This record gives sequence, C-alpha cells and structure tokens, in this order.
Amino acid sequence: MSDNSSNRIVIPLGPQHPALKEPGSFTLTLEGEKVVNAVIGIGYNHRGLEKALESRTYIQNLYMIERICGICSHTHSVAYCQAIEEMCGVEIPMRAKYIRVIIAELERLHSHLLWLGVAAHEIGFDTLFMYAWRDREMVLDMLAELCGNRVNYGINTLGGVRRDIDDNDAHEIKKILRVLHNQISYYLELATNEPTLIARLADVGKLNHDDALKFGAVGPVARAAGIANDVRKIEPYAAYDEVPVNVITDDHGDVLGRTLVRVKEMLESISIIRYCLDNLPAGEILAKVPRKVPAGEMISRTEAPRGENIHYINSDGSDIPYRIRVRAPSEANWHGMKHMLEGSFLADVPIAIAAIDPCYSCTDRAIFVNSDNGESRLYDWKGLREYSIKWHRDRGLNIADIQIPMAKNYIQIQRKTND
Amino acid sequence: MIEALTALFKILIFPGFMFLTTYGMLLQFLDRKIYARLQNRFGPPWYQPLADFLKLIGKETIVPTLANKGMFSTLPVVSLAAVSTAFVYIPIYRMQASFSFEGDLIIVLYLMALPSITTFLAGWYSRSVYATIGSVRTLTQLFAYEVPLFAALLSPSIISGSWSISGMAEFYYHNPTLILVNLPSMFIALISIQGKLARKPFDSPEAETEIVSGAFVEYSGRLLAIFKMSVDCELVLLISLAAAIYIPLFTNIIVLDILLYFAKTLVLLFALSIFKAAMARLRMDQIINFCWKVLTPLAMFQIIINLIVRGAL
Repeated sequence: MSDNSSNRIVIPLGPQHPALKEPGSFTLTLEGEKVVNAVIGIGYNHRGLEKALESRTYIQNLYMIERICGICSHTHSVAYCQAIEEMCGVEIPMRAKYIRVIIAELERLHSHLLWLGVAAHEIGFDTLFMYAWRDREMVLDMLAELCGNRVNYGINTLGGVRRDIDDNDAHEIKKILRVLHNQISYYLELATNEPTLIARLADVGKLNHDDALKFGAVGPVARAAGIANDVRKIEPYAAYDEVPVNVITDDHGDVLGRTLVRVKEMLESISIIRYCLDNLPAGEILAKVPRKVPAGEMISRTEAPRGENIHYINSDGSDIPYRIRVRAPSEANWHGMKHMLEGSFLADVPIAIAAIDPCYSCTDRAIFVNSDNGESRLYDWKGLREYSIKWHRDRGLNIADIQIPMAKNYIQIQRKTND
Repeated sequence: MIEALTALFKILIFPGFMFLTTYGMLLQFLDRKIYARLQNRFGPPWYQPLADFLKLIGKETIVPTLANKGMFSTLPVVSLAAVSTAFVYIPIYRMQASFSFEGDLIIVLYLMALPSITTFLAGWYSRSVYATIGSVRTLTQLFAYEVPLFAALLSPSIISGSWSISGMAEFYYHNPTLILVNLPSMFIALISIQGKLARKPFDSPEAETEIVSGAFVEYSGRLLAIFKMSVDCELVLLISLAAAIYIPLFTNIIVLDILLYFAKTLVLLFALSIFKAAMARLRMDQIINFCWKVLTPLAMFQIIINLIVRGAL
C-alpha cells in the first residue's frame, strides 16, 4: 500500500450538524470514506448547574436537579433524594419506593424509544423513527397521567413521592402497556431480521469486552459488550431489591448489540412496571425529612437509561449543600468514542455517536482535558497564564505586555506553594 | 408553419416542458404523501411542492466565494434541460412519442446520465467538504447503478429488435405475452431508478445525517429551486420510461391513453415509495456490492434469456 496521507481531508462534524441533537464538535480526518483520526470536542453546553445547586436550599434544588437532563430527569432526582434521605437517616415508605421504580422504568421506556427513533434517523430509516416516536407518545401520556408532566415529572420529593397511583391509573397503564409490548416485540423482530438495518448496525462502533472495561463504559454500551453492569442489580436502590430485574447483556459489542440490549430492556421494563403495579404495597407515600441536612458526605448511584448515574453530596449541616457533583452516564461513555470512530466509515460516524445515546448538556463541566496527546495535566496559575498567552499569540494577539493587577498576589501565592 | 407550431407546442406545453414540470410537482407531492402515510404521518398539502418552489425562487441566491461562479450557476439549468430534452422521446398519450427515431433509447440513456454528472460537478465546484464528499459519492453511485439500469432497459429491445422507445412500445403492444419475459428486468430497473434518483436506500450521496445534503449543500434560492425541479422531472422521466417499456398497454383512444398513462406511472411511483419507506440507508460500499454482485448478474441473466427468446421467435 502506498502512502495515502496526501488524500486526507479534514471534515468538521459539528458543532452544528443535522446528525447531532446537541452541539458537540467532531473533527474527522478522512482517507476516502475511512476515518483515520477523530478529535472529539464537547463542552458547548456548560450551564454551571453544579455551582447553581450550591446556592440553593435542598428543597429548591429538587427543581434544578430534574433539569440536569431533559430525558432522564427522574433518575437524577432519585439519586439526589435518596442521598439526602440517607444522610438524614430517613427510611421512606415502601409504596413511595415502588412508585419511584414505576416512574424510573417508564422513563427508561421513553428514553429508549427516543433513542431508537434517533438511531433510525441517523441511518436514514425514517419510518422506524416515526413509529418509535409515535409509540413514545403513549409512554409520555402515561407519565403525564401519573405525574402531571410529560418530561421533568416533578414526582420526587425529599422523603418520598408527591403523587399516588390509584387503581384506575394502574388499570389504564396496564392497558397501554399491552399495546406497547406488542410494538416493542415488533421492533425486536425488526432489529433481528431486517437486512438493511442489520447491515447498517452490525460491526459499527465496535467496543469489545476488554475495551469497554478499559474505557469505563456504562449502561447499554457496557452491557452490549457482555458486561453485566447494572446498578439496579449490583446495588439495588428504591424497591429494586424486591422487584425481579433481569440484566440484559449481549456479546455483539457493536451498535447492533446496543440496539438489541435497549429493545430487550424495554420489554424488561414493561414486566417490571407490571410487577410493581400488581404488588404495590399500601400505605403512606411521604416521610418527613428535616430542612437541615446533617454534616457529612454521601455518594448515591442509580441506573439511568444511559447507564450508571452518580451523585456526590457534601453537606456542612446547613439547609444549603456545600458541594454537589453529578457524574452523568454519558460522561463515562465519551471516553471510548475516539476508539469507536477511528477506522470506521464516515457514513457510520453519526450512528456510532448516537449509539452511546449521548446527552451533551448533562455531561458538560468546566474541566480541561487535553485531547491531543491524551495526557492530563494540572495547570497552576502561572502555567494557565502562559497557556493563555501562547493561545492568543498563535492567533496573532500579544497580551504578554498587559499588566495584571493581581500579579503581586500571584507571586506571593507562588512563593507559598514553592515553600 | 402549422407543423412547426405543433412541434413547439409538443416540446413546450404538452407533453413537453410544462406538463413535465407540473406532473413532476404532482408526483413529488404524491411521493411525499404516500411516504408520510406509510410512516403514520399526515404529509404535506397538495400545493406544498409549488409553495416550496415559489418560496425558493424568491429567496436570495448565494454563490460561495471559492466556487466557480459560471459553472455554479449554469449547472442547474443544464440538468433541467437534459431531462426535458429526454422527455420528448418518451411515449405519453399514444404509442408514438412526440419525436422518435431508431436508437432514441440510447440518446435518452445518455441524457439521463447528465443530471448525475451535473450533480457531481455542482458539488465539485462548490468547494465545500460536504459537497465534495457528496459529489464523489454521486459519481461512485453512478458507476454502481448505471450498468444494471442500462442492461435492464436495453434487454427488452433485444426481443423487439428496435432501439427506439416508441418502436419497443409498439412491438410489445402487438405481442403482449412477451411483456412477461421482461418482468425481472422491470424490477431491476425500478431498483436502479431508486439508485439513480438517490432515494432510500440509495440516498447516500445526499445523506442528511452524514453530509447534510451532499452536492447541493452550498446551493440556495433560484439555483436550488431549478435543481429540485430537475430532480422532480427526472422522477417523471424515469417512471414514464419504465411505463413505456415495461407496461406497453394502449387503447388508441387519446383520453383513455392519457388516463392509462397516469395509472401506470402512479402504480410505479407507489412501488418506489414503498421501497423508500421500508429500508434504512445503505453505506456506499454496500450499495456497490449490491449493484455489482446482485443486480448486474441478474440483468445479464435477463439479457441471455431475451437472446434465447429472440432466437425462438
């Protein structure tokens, strides 16, 4: 083979591109249709949520925490609520736990149906896209019936849930679930039999068992590589210790595997919801939680539709959290993306990106990652300033002469650290 | 004088340019409507293609600074002109086309290749990476579907012994049983037409989620409107050609024949729309594999069968 480097072209996919549902930049170096290098740039959606959470009370944060993600808002509020309940030493009623599970599984249903539609659209299968989103409306209707909202349900509160499920609701939900079950079984059949669908999904975005472990993949991406990674099973929260949960795994390790895992998980979710509705314990739905949370720290994990979601809460004993850190599942899945894209076809890039079900704005934090050489480095003030000067100089600006009023303080700080 | 006026009427009004563009818009509407209904959507109102066209005409036309201005603005017109020229050789309301001569099928096939070439050039001269990739894909796809399409369209002429579309229509009108021999090549032709028009599953050249809209990505306003129009007209051209060659049913009563023409083209359009709705977009390498490893051998096989049938006649 001769050297093809002269045939290389660089194509920017994003920040604005029809394949991306949220801004993110993928700079692809192509050799013909083959991707030889991919540089992934996320961080267009940083909203300063964690800082905002630190300036509001625990009760006010309930509103904010649901808005971390528009799709998996329930899982974030569950993680947040159960961390605080644990810190306060409050045991919430069993009925509330079951209702949390029901909403969580409905959320998984609507998120996976949304994903199925987006994925179908990425590979140009618009009919499946329309079908999946039509069926998703049924789930949203159920959520609206139970919570009052289609998204950002607002059902969780500290100490339990805000709305009860009565027999009439349960009956209606079961009726809709029957229709949904038929539809999802049909999609499963489609994913296992439709030749063009399989042709486009198989062997795309490969992440095998070892690589998935290496890159720390979570959720359906990990489960499609044969790793039975599911917080619902590993560390049961809410009512998952009583509800039978089957962890779906697959050994394809590609986008087809992720599709099969997600579609099968939807069938599993339906049976979980049915079980919960049939075995819904009677009783209260709310326990009392103090306004002030005792000092301490807590890590809480939930299984979001996209994978493992981690919340860290640090309390100083007041009614305002000292620090909240949210590790959304997409954040864990981004690391393997470069590996998945390189060596694939340009035509497969959109579906490979979509297959981790990326949630850009949940993920974006103000963290500096040097993606060029893969080394991570901590900048001190001096280093950061030099980096900034170099950055501007490369673009024809010289800011080295500008006097910084803080320079004196900086030298003092620097001396301290040197000592 | 009257002869010249009739010829002009045929070229410009019916069954020429005016009819072609109007019917193109109608077919675009029907295609979108059928596609939408198959997807459980409502679809556009009947005037949507016209509204889109008029709106585009009124929009500002932007020519990229790096683009070759002359080529950039001429190409859409060349594409539309090629399609409307080809259309006059196709029988619409009777067995005889407006103009025909022995061998016009070859001319039509060549004129049909022009829109694809102009699409390639349009992308190439736009000097945008998306357009470049789109235009390379257009050309690659041309090599994929051209051979099976030509083989499928030419194989009926082996039996009929005439290389003119009108002649073929006339031959099969008199020998209707022989139409059945050509049925496999009709399916090959329909699949290749899908590829030629860059419709799903062969819409890789203008894959929205990959390369935005491929070769047309830099086009806007009037120039884009003309390109879109020429794509619509290409659909009419190809469907009419397939109808004339593979479904040569005529009653010799002009009004009935026109209605029959609509019926034939609508059936073919319906088939194409179902095809479009039922599949995912194939990758470029998969398209080439499919066209060369499946379609081309089948088309060759059809030619062999037709040669045998011809010998037996």
